[in-house]
Formats: sequence, structure tokens, C-alpha cells
Amino acid sequence: MTALATIYSLIYQFGDNFAYLVLAALGLAIIFGMMGVINLAHGEFIMCGAYVTIVTAKQGLPLPLAMLLGALAAALAGIVIERLVIRHLYDRLFDSVVATWAISLIVQQSMLLLAGPSIEGISTPFGSFVFGEYSFSVYRAILPVVAIGILAALYWLFFRTNYGICARATMQNARMAQCLGLRTDRLYSLTFALGAGLAGLTGALYAPTMTAVPTMGTNFIVQAFVSVVVGGANVIAGTTPAAGILAIIQTALTASYGQLFGQIGLLLTVIIVIRLMPQGLGHLFGRSR
Amino acid sequence: MPSHASRLLHMLVPAALVCASFPAMAADPVKLGLLEDASGNFAIATIGKIHATQLAVEEINAKGGIMGRPIKLIAYDTQSDNTKFQELARRLIQTDKVDVIFGAFSSASREAIRPIMDRAKQMYWYNNQYEGGVCDSNVFVTGAVPEQQFSTLIPWMMEKYGKKVYTIAADYNFGQISAEWVRNIVKENGGQIVGEEFIPLSVSQFGQTIQNIQKAKPDFVMTLLVGANQASYYEQQVSANLNLPMGSSVNVGQAYEHKRFKAPALKDMYVTANYVEEVDSPASNDFKKRFHAKFPDEPYINQEAANAYDAVYLYKAAVEKAQSTDQKKVREAIEAGGICTEGAQGKVCMDPKSHHASHTIYLVHVKEDHSVEIPKVWDDVQPYWLSQVGCDLTAKPDRKQYTPSNPPKKS
Repeated sequence: MTALATIYSLIYQFGDNFAYLVLAALGLAIIFGMMGVINLAHGEFIMCGAYVTIVTAKQGLPLPLAMLLGALAAALAGIVIERLVIRHLYDRLFDSVVATWAISLIVQQSMLLLAGPSIEGISTPFGSFVFGEYSFSVYRAILPVVAIGILAALYWLFFRTNYGICARATMQNARMAQCLGLRTDRLYSLTFALGAGLAGLTGALYAPTMTAVPTMGTNFIVQAFVSVVVGGANVIAGTTPAAGILAIIQTALTASYGQLFGQIGLLLTVIIVIRLMPQGLGHLFGRSR
Repeated sequence: MPSHASRLLHMLVPAALVCASFPAMAADPVKLGLLEDASGNFAIATIGKIHATQLAVEEINAKGGIMGRPIKLIAYDTQSDNTKFQELARRLIQTDKVDVIFGAFSSASREAIRPIMDRAKQMYWYNNQYEGGVCDSNVFVTGAVPEQQFSTLIPWMMEKYGKKVYTIAADYNFGQISAEWVRNIVKENGGQIVGEEFIPLSVSQFGQTIQNIQKAKPDFVMTLLVGANQASYYEQQVSANLNLPMGSSVNVGQAYEHKRFKAPALKDMYVTANYVEEVDSPASNDFKKRFHAKFPDEPYINQEAANAYDAVYLYKAAVEKAQSTDQKKVREAIEAGGICTEGAQGKVCMDPKSHHASHTIYLVHVKEDHSVEIPKVWDDVQPYWLSQVGCDLTAKPDRKQYTPSNPPKKS
């Protein structure tokens, strides 16, 4: 029983880390992979989703609905920002980095001034369960399943729907897609909204488990960038295996040497991957497709 | 070489100016430089500190200032960033030429600016509880230290809950040295440390840590976690049903976690603080009333706000005793003893030898519904450790930080 509990504990930690890495990275990966924009305001979309979820849940909305609303709010914010700023900076990688960083700073500070340094959070739902000598949070045990569900939905969206085909066509060759009559500007708008909305959903999902502060998005930034850099530009075939491998490394190191080494492991992996596979893991998996 | 010379010049100019100009222009303002984090990871705990300093300055100015001179507050936002601290400390010293600098929340930022203060012989007040041990001629500390917080809290908790202790601490000088104190005090009282973990400040996910604690089966957990990221621990430990009492020197009294988190995330958290908003005494109630009159939206008045407020009055008392803002004379006035103030917590006096403050220590217990009770109060707890191990700034100038494993050399 003890051995079983230890094994389950490891699986639970792996799932926990995997969910965190995947969910942190998805929005960033889509915006980077599809549009070539490095969105440094990624964390602020996450914060937006979390804040809207907390505020609406406190108003009495059921939690799943509040989370959906959080994701939608972030998607809407994404559309606005795409129209106002990002649209003018396509194919200007460095300018878009600086611009999104500015947006990140402005949003963080405005939130601090508007809502104060922190808002009261909401409790994690569903309670806990006991297995062997350990007890676990039910909600966190479900999160990896939700993450896999979202990945499946994205796969369906990109490979089975009309939007997906158009979006992938635009990604491969924007001018050709335009010549064939696709309204690429609208596709870009939608894709950015999708990325922002996914970031918002991440914030919504983690809102009940974290401190709600204006800087909460930065908690996800390291994991997001690590996964995207390791995974490369391919959303499904890159980010997923990257998060899986990183989660194994992080879980093993954290379990045996503590949190610090878990973090060091993540960053070391990035350095090694950049050196050996500058295109990222997605390149490896993508080619075999 | 030239840069060396110019730096020397930079240091000498303000000193010379202050000395030369003071008798001539007596109504000049007393310049108080303030370096606190109004944004970033530590803002939650420090915004109240800034407000408290503003309140004290306003009150003193309304009553005629210090010796007829108004206080001019020059405040910069250090953004929870140690580099900003160093930049702005230099600016306060070289450009603004302040008489005294207050500030810093994290021990890392204090240690980042302390060498700058020492090089310029700048009087600097650190108004925050911390891991203790700074024996520095230029530094004055009004926050509580481990001998005031841990030697009261830990024996009390060991008696109530048992002798097995697990420590989780923020992985920087504050957490490392505090954990050393916990280790020593637990051992002295016949207890056992069953686990110890240091968490980087950027970590907000505690799944593995919670399981390590469950495996070690302690009687209570010492949580020395700092910053908004690490505060996520409480929600995560309650959702995993860890259900262990917690002890701390930093929670509740700084970032009011019991107000920000849904109950029962902080159930059975015990903190020794020299002030929390819930202290129900005439002095505390009066302080709260004045505070809320000026800042009606303040979410919580924390321990460091009370310390920052007291610090302005202690500085005022020292200047009045010295009859000068000359930094050397003010220091000598404090080292002569008897510099005290009546603040929100009660009477606070500066210890001449170590430049630290005496405190009233309240044992704060957070109950299941997050209401707070104070089961025990220790009056007039002295910061005794530094002078016990041989730090005596009145006799021997110094600028080091000592720890239990690295005390001053006997000479």
C-alpha cells in the first residue's frame, strides 16, 4: 500500500506539473506558432481570466460558468489588443516584443491601481481524497484531465474544422492564402483571440488555487516560455510532448532534490534543447506526421 | 583612480553641505528618503508601510515638525527590485542629499543597499521584521527579530502541539537564517526537525512540498514563506487537506493572508507579531482611527505599518535629543539610550548597543473562520541576542550581519 501510494503520488505530481506546463504554454504557443508574435503580455491575459473568474464567482455565478466568462473576457481583450496594437506589428518581431511588454507593464500597474495589491480569492472546490499515507486535492487531480481535454479540442479545431484549415493555410503561406480569397486579417484576429482566450482559461482554471494579485501572470511566464522554446512553433505536436518531457524532469528532480532543483532542471533542459534542436521538439515530431 | 576620487567627492559634498548649511538655514526641511515597494511581488505588505510613514510625517508637520523644521518626504517606488533599490539609494544620497533613509521590505533588498549606506555613512532605518543579526553603525532596525518572535512562539507551540517540526522557508537570506533560528530553538527545547525545505521566491506550486510534509508527519509546520507567489501554499495545503497547525514570523502580520484567502486556508496559523490590526488596546484603536481617517480604503494595517510609523517618531525623538540632524550626532543620541516612543503596539525603545527596538509581542491565532484571537502577550521583549554575542555599536563600530552559526569574533 505504501509503495502504491508513493507511485500514485509521483503520478499525481507528474500530472500536476504537466497540466501547469501545458496550460501555461498553450496561449503563448498558438500566438507564436500561428502568427510569429512573441506575446509578452501572455501573463496578463492569464491574470485577466483569473480576476474575471474570481469576481464573477463571488457574485454568485457557478464556478464553471465564471471560468468560461474569464476565458471569454480574455479573448475579448485579445481582440481589442490585436486590433489596436498587434495588427500593425506583423512581421516586426522585435517591435511586437517591445509593444506587448509595454502592454504587460501597463496592465499590471493599472490593475494594481484599480483593484489594489490583492483581491480575496475563492476556495478550491471538491475537497480532498486520501490514498495511503497521503491526501490529495481532487481539483488538482482533475486538472491534467482538463488539460488533455483542451488539447483534444484544439486538435479537433485545427484538423477537423474549416477555421483550422484556413488558419493552417495562412500560417504556411499568408500571401498565397490571401490570393485564394481567405481574409487573413480576420483569421489573425481570431487566432490571437483564441490564444488570449486560452491564456484566460488557464488563469480561470488556476484562480481557485492561487493568490490573486496583479503580478500573478508572471508565475506562469517561465513555464510558458520553457515549454514553447522546447516544443517549438508547432502547437499540438510541439507543446504537448515538450510539457510531458519537462514534467517528467521537473517531477523527478523536485521529488528527489527539492523545488530549487526542479526549477534548475527546467532551465537546463531549455539550454540543452536550444543547443541541440534549435527548432524545438515539434520539428522532430512534426516531420514524422 | 579618477572615478574613485570623484566617488569620494560625492560622499564628502553632501556631508560638507549639511554641516555647513545647517546653522544658517534652520527652517530648511528635514529630508526623509523613503525606499519602499509600491509595486511588484512585495507590494501587498509595503503599501501600508508607505501610508504609515506619510501619516506620521503629516502628523508631525501639523504639530510644527522636528525642532520647527517640517519633514520633507522623498519617496521612490523600488518595484520589489533589488537593482532599483541600489539605484534609488544612490539617488537619495547623492542627488537628494537626504538626512535619513527609511525603507526596504525584503532582506535581500536591505542587504543590497546596506553597503551603499555604509560607504556614504548614511543613516538608514530598516522598519521591518527580519532574520536578525545586522550589527551596523549606520543601520537602525525597528522591526522584530528572531529572539523576539521565535523564542516566544516555538516553545509555546511545542508545548501545545508536540515536538516534531517541519520548516518550509523562502530560499534567500531571510528564510535560510530564520530556519537556522528555528532549528536551534527546537533543539534547545528538546524537539526534532523532521524536515526542512527551501522554496525559490518564484515558486507558486506546492504539490510536492505538501506530500513531503505528509510523509514526515510533523506536529506542526513552520511556514516562513514570503511574497505573493509563495502565498499560494495556504490554499493548496488546505485543498489537499494537510490539516496541520502552522507557525510563522511573517504571515498575517505582513500580508494579511487571513483577510485575503477564503477560510479555512489559514486555520490554526500562529504568528508572533509586534502588531496586527486586531490588537484591541486604546493606543491601537486610536492609531487605526487616525490611519483610516487619512486612508479610508486601506485593506489592512499590518505590523510593518506600525513599525514604519514608530520609526518616524523615534527618529524625531533622536533628532530632538541631538538638537541636530547631523547624522553622527543623531546616531550618538540613540547610542546614549533612552530613545522611545508610544506607538500602536505600546512602548518601543531603541537598544543603544545593537540599534534594534524592543517590542510588545502578540501571539496571533487565526481560527477556522479566519477570525483572530490573541491568546498571549509578551510585554517589552528586548532584542537581546546581538548584544549577548558581543555586538556593541556604542563601543565598537561594525557593519556586518551575524547569524547563530556565525557570531561576532571574540576579541
